[in-house]
Parts: sequence; structure tokens; C-alpha cells
Amino acid sequence: MSEENKDITMEAVEEQEYDVDKIKLLPGLSEDGTAASFQIIDEDHTLGNALRYLIMKNPEVEFCGYSIPHPSENKLNVRIQTYGNITAMEALHQGLDGLSALCTHVEETFNEKVEAGGYSVIEP
Amino acid sequence: MEMRNEPKKYRYHPKPQIPPNMSDIVGIEYNRVTNTTSTDFPGHSSEENAWDLEEFKKNLQINISHLAGRSTNFDLINIDTSIANAFRRIMIAEVPSVAAETVYIYNNTSVIQDEVLAHRIGLIPLNVDPDTLQWIDPAADENERFNDANTYVMTLDVSCSKRDNVPEGTTDPKILYRNSSVYAKDLKFVPQGRQEQLFKNSPVAPCDPNILLAKLRPGQEISLRVHCILGIGSDHAKFSPVATASYRLMPVIDIKEPIVGELAKRFQKCFPSGVIEIDENGAAYVADARKDTVSREVLRHEEFEGKVKLGRKRSHFIFNVESTGAMSPLEIFLKSVRILKNKADYLRNCPIGQ
Repeated sequence: MSEENKDITMEAVEEQEYDVDKIKLLPGLSEDGTAASFQIIDEDHTLGNALRYLIMKNPEVEFCGYSIPHPSENKLNVRIQTYGNITAMEALHQGLDGLSALCTHVEETFNEKVEAGGYSVIEP
Repeated sequence: MEMRNEPKKYRYHPKPQIPPNMSDIVGIEYNRVTNTTSTDFPGHSSEENAWDLEEFKKNLQINISHLAGRSTNFDLINIDTSIANAFRRIMIAEVPSVAAETVYIYNNTSVIQDEVLAHRIGLIPLNVDPDTLQWIDPAADENERFNDANTYVMTLDVSCSKRDNVPEGTTDPKILYRNSSVYAKDLKFVPQGRQEQLFKNSPVAPCDPNILLAKLRPGQEISLRVHCILGIGSDHAKFSPVATASYRLMPVIDIKEPIVGELAKRFQKCFPSGVIEIDENGAAYVADARKDTVSREVLRHEEFEGKVKLGRKRSHFIFNVESTGAMSPLEIFLKSVRILKNKADYLRNCPIGQ
């Protein structure tokens, strides 16, 4: 991507409007908010499993699981239960932040390796 | 040589106690796999295993084996399956690319049906940077949907005719007729509006010019117009920027007891060449486990029972990405990482409805 295009994407992110229907709470949350299920629209195993992994890595989280309730509906359900120090929503947000930081690091490391060279550039 | 085709008898498989240094290895046995799931979560063992970005940064390794115009092979080491699989899935289904979407057929007197021809045209990879196009607005009226910012137009106009002065007895249709075969290169770019300036030196064209689209005989002709737009692989495979994007886990061959002499030579033959070599003492050693296909041939021979353990390293992914030609495989992978990041960032800022 050229420098010019990068600027355009940055601006687009700042001006982005967020879809109010993208994610909603499902029935069955505890009163204190430490256990909740979320439904995310237009996502699948790609985000579901990666996000589940990062949320499960949180020591404050007792349980996290995801499911695609029906293969012909583009919905993703995520269940989070915490030990009580944080809410399920906080656990979700920490998971998303972790995933974002992880991707940033993978991209940086990959770019470093590409610049460092030392690999073959001919088709095998 | 004793061949073992059947397991001797049923046996009870207790939950294996996995030694700490083996926790990262998926075991591959004669007819079963062991230790298949990740257990690096808090509360699973005495280790902390909490998500730690600094720890991840310290451990993550990327090795690029080759990076060419059409394909790449690289290793992602110390990353979880869920993340590696997300990158793989995004490369196949969510990295956008340009393909023919609408084909307007004016005339087609060839033997290939309109819809089959349109399908074949759709599958031709186009050599164009997807970042130069904007997304189509599906809500827009069909007459206003396509413009110079979101559509490339190509035309295909060919007709077949007899050639004069062909030597007697010729049977090759390529010599007998003009345009007996229609190729992807016969698609001609028709710049619209600003595209005239933007593509003055590099017209939109198929990545592979010699893809056969149809065959014609004298008197037959094809005349059509194609609208090429941006799309993603989950909508239609023609929009996928990769021919393949796959990973495998790094094979592990653990020789438990020395294998020497004639036995070593037979042992070597159980693996693809280059995997096992024999040292000056006649003992077999693992030279390059990466080359192994994990065929498990060695486990079929009783003479090696207990001498070798096969496995795969759970956190070592060997990616192989082949581009269709429009984008470099490097760009495809980096875009997949950015798309996953954008998904997380977008969802992070989304209001949560009730």
C-alpha cells in the first residue's frame, strides 16, 4: 500500500460510523454483569475462535466459549463468565484490545523479516 | 519384513501424562493422535499462562523461506492455532480482489453457453491493484451503480474465419482458421472517465494471458462487455486473491533408541529423501524434519516399535500462500493481519445494544 493510501485509510477510520446492530447482549446475563452472552452480526469462526482464545487467556475469566447458532445465519454468539473482579463486557474489550495489539506486532515482525531479507525470491 | 496392518488388540487409553517439555507436541501414533488441544490457559496447570503481550513479543518468531511473485512460504512460530487459522481464513475469504461480476452478452454463436462463458470470464484473475477501486453500493439503482471509481470495463469481440492459401491436407484449426481459440488476452480494457489517465501505461489485463475461454469455428462469434468490481472470497471464490493459503504443523521425529546398520537404511527409506541421514557410525539421525510428510510409514514396521516417536509441533505453523497473480503473496498476508486487527478495533468501538 502506498503512503497516500495509508492516509486515506487512517482518515476513514476516524470518520467511521459504528453499526449499532453489530453487537448486542443476549438474554441471560447476571445482575452484576459478570456473566453475559453477546451476539455479533456478520462474523464467523475467524473472529470467534481468535477472540475466544484471547478472552480465555485472561486470568479473571472463568469461562469463554463461542458458537455459530445456525450455519445459514451470519451470527456469532460469545459467552463470557468472569470470577467477579471484572464484568463480561470488560473481559470482551480486553480480549479485543489484546487481539488488536497482537496483530500490530505480527505485522511489524513480518515487515522486519521482509526487510531483513535472507530468503529466496524465485518460485520454487 | 514384518508388516503390521492391524492393531493387535483393543487397549484402554488412559489420559496421558504429558511431560512439560512435550506439551507443545501433538503425538502421532499408529492409528490415533494424542495431545491435540492447546492447554495454555490460566488455571489449567501450575503455570500462569495469562495473556502477556511482552511475552508474546519475546516468543513470536517469523522465518521467511521464500517470497516470490506468485508464492511464499514462511513459518509463524509460537502463535496459537486460533490466530494462525484466522489469518488463513481471512486470506482465502476476506481479502478483497477484483473480478468480472456482470457480463453483458451481445452475441454468442459459439458452442459454449452464455452462462458457462460468463462463469469462465468471472474466474480469470485480473492484474489490477484492488486498492484502486471503491466498493459498489448494492443499494444504488442498477443504472447508477457502476461508475469510473468502482468498475473496470472490458470487452471481448472475436469472430472466427477461414484463412486463405492453407496447404493441402492441413488439419490444425490454428492454421486453418483465424481466432479458432479465444483466450483471456482477447479481453480488452475500455477505460472509463478518469481511468484513461490513471491506466495510460498499465491497462487492466488478465494475469495469465493464455487461459482458454472458448473455441470457435468459421462463422461463429462472441461479442460481450464485462463489468469488473471489487469483492471478497466469501461472496464468490472468483474474488479470492489466493489459489491456496494453507498451513501445516512442523513435523517432529524423536528417535528414542539408536538405529544403526541395515536397520538405519530401512528406517531412512520410511521417510521422504533428506529427512533422515546416516552418520559416520551408521546411526540414523534426523537431518530435516521439515521435509517430512508425516506419512507414518515408519509406524507400520514392527522392527521400529518403541524406537521412534512421531509428532507435530502445535505452535509452529508452516504457511504456504499462492497468489492468483493480482497481488503479491506478501501483500495478501499483511492485508489479512490488518483485516483481523480492523475487526477487533471496530468491534471495540461498537456500542453494545440490548
